Amino acid sequence: WAPLSSSPHTNSTTIMAVEFDGGVVIGADSRTTTGAYIANRVTDKLTPIHDRIFCCRSGSAADTQAIADAVSYQLGFHSIELDEPPLVQTAANLFKQMCYRYREELMAGIIVAGWDKRRGGQVYTVPMGGMLVRQPVSVGGSGSSYIYGFIDSKYKSGMTKEECLRFTADALALAMERDGSSGGVVRLAAITESGLERSVILGNQLPTFFSA
Amino acid sequence: RGTFNLKASPVGAVLFVSLCRNTLLEANVAKLGCSLPPARKTGTTICGVVYKDGVVLGADTRATEGMVVADKNCSKIHYISPNIYCCGAGTAADTEMTTQLISSNLELHSLSTNRLPRVATANRMLKQMLFRYQGYIGAALVLGGVDCNGPHLYSIYPHGSTDKLPYVTMGSGSLAAMAVFEDRFKPNMEEEEAKQLVRDAIAAGIFNDLGSGSNIDLCVITKGKVDYLRPHDEANKKGVRTGDYKYKHGTTGVLTKQVTTLQLEVMDESVQTMDTS
Repeated sequence: WAPLSSSPHTNSTTIMAVEFDGGVVIGADSRTTTGAYIANRVTDKLTPIHDRIFCCRSGSAADTQAIADAVSYQLGFHSIELDEPPLVQTAANLFKQMCYRYREELMAGIIVAGWDKRRGGQVYTVPMGGMLVRQPVSVGGSGSSYIYGFIDSKYKSGMTKEECLRFTADALALAMERDGSSGGVVRLAAITESGLERSVILGNQLPTFFSA
Repeated sequence: RGTFNLKASPVGAVLFVSLCRNTLLEANVAKLGCSLPPARKTGTTICGVVYKDGVVLGADTRATEGMVVADKNCSKIHYISPNIYCCGAGTAADTEMTTQLISSNLELHSLSTNRLPRVATANRMLKQMLFRYQGYIGAALVLGGVDCNGPHLYSIYPHGSTDKLPYVTMGSGSLAAMAVFEDRFKPNMEEEEAKQLVRDAIAAGIFNDLGSGSNIDLCVITKGKVDYLRPHDEANKKGVRTGDYKYKHGTTGVLTKQVTTLQLEVMDESVQTMDTS
């Protein structure tokens, strides 16, 4: 059985972002599929849009890569004109404008997260269809369905950066365990005023839970 | 219907002028009991690997038209720039034309910047073009090269998504080739080890996938040097016949012989050599 080039390349995915005081934590799995074949098992779905702004991509790999490239360009240009680091809200709105205008042609679910001077750490979700809403915690992708309950019960406001990283890793591990389209490694990033810390949790180091 | 004004078409783009005619033909041809010729595809196994000094790209050499082999020794490793080469799987015409277009644009870009082109630039140009055509250009590519930032390897899909990885495979034989890579790939291999690995991966595709076959071509790209090894391995040499159906002179007895010369004038004699490269 061979991967058909007619099956589009998708990041079926589980992606997540959490705000904390002073920044955001973002996380994603690393699986990209073409039909039932895993085309890339170490994908990086956390894409930098600017120095302190990232986006988490889910849906069609081609669509989200093209959108992210276009928004990076627009935001970079805007930031140079402004002579200031751009706002997360600006980035989120650029994503929304593109995803809403071309909503019939695109298959893209994106979470925009980052830090700026005006409002600190922010998470904005732009699901398929082109809605834009700010949320303290947001999940997306096919694997997100399995962890809404976990998120709702375990999230509390006022968590520290380490607690957020732990929370995100746990949630992603649970989703990857249950969703066939999510898997591989867990990629995490913490974005604050001082910079960015990226980490990877390999398959054998993932947090374990009860399995029947 | 009104006439189609060709002068209004954009320059250097894919023109869909034949679309109406082709759909009409397709509908009518079924009534006659025959079928339209299938597009020539390269069933293919292509792959690439990043090793200590650069990248090694590999490809098989079979081009198929449906279930018939159209070309037993086609070249699937295309030139992009002196330091960048690209293997192509999918529709043969699409991979050929796409790589040629980007190669041309990249040469102009390189003359404009006065620098050796970067693999990331070629990747951007290819992905933006393929995305624009929304997957209708059936080109699945393995792009590899060495530039000022070191060796790079990308896989590019027909819809315009790309992955930057240390080892990639594409085409109908990609699963067989990937199995070999997942077993034996190591980072920072030596050149001979890397060439052997790529050769074995393509061989796995050739022998286990019906869409791939014939010989193995390799392209080893390092800083300042490119080794285009075509063929690197003739994995499928045509067999030598043990017998012959021809009868020797004298098998049949000749009773009489009569020779009549034809009155012909030699007007022009010319020799045209066939390009067998």
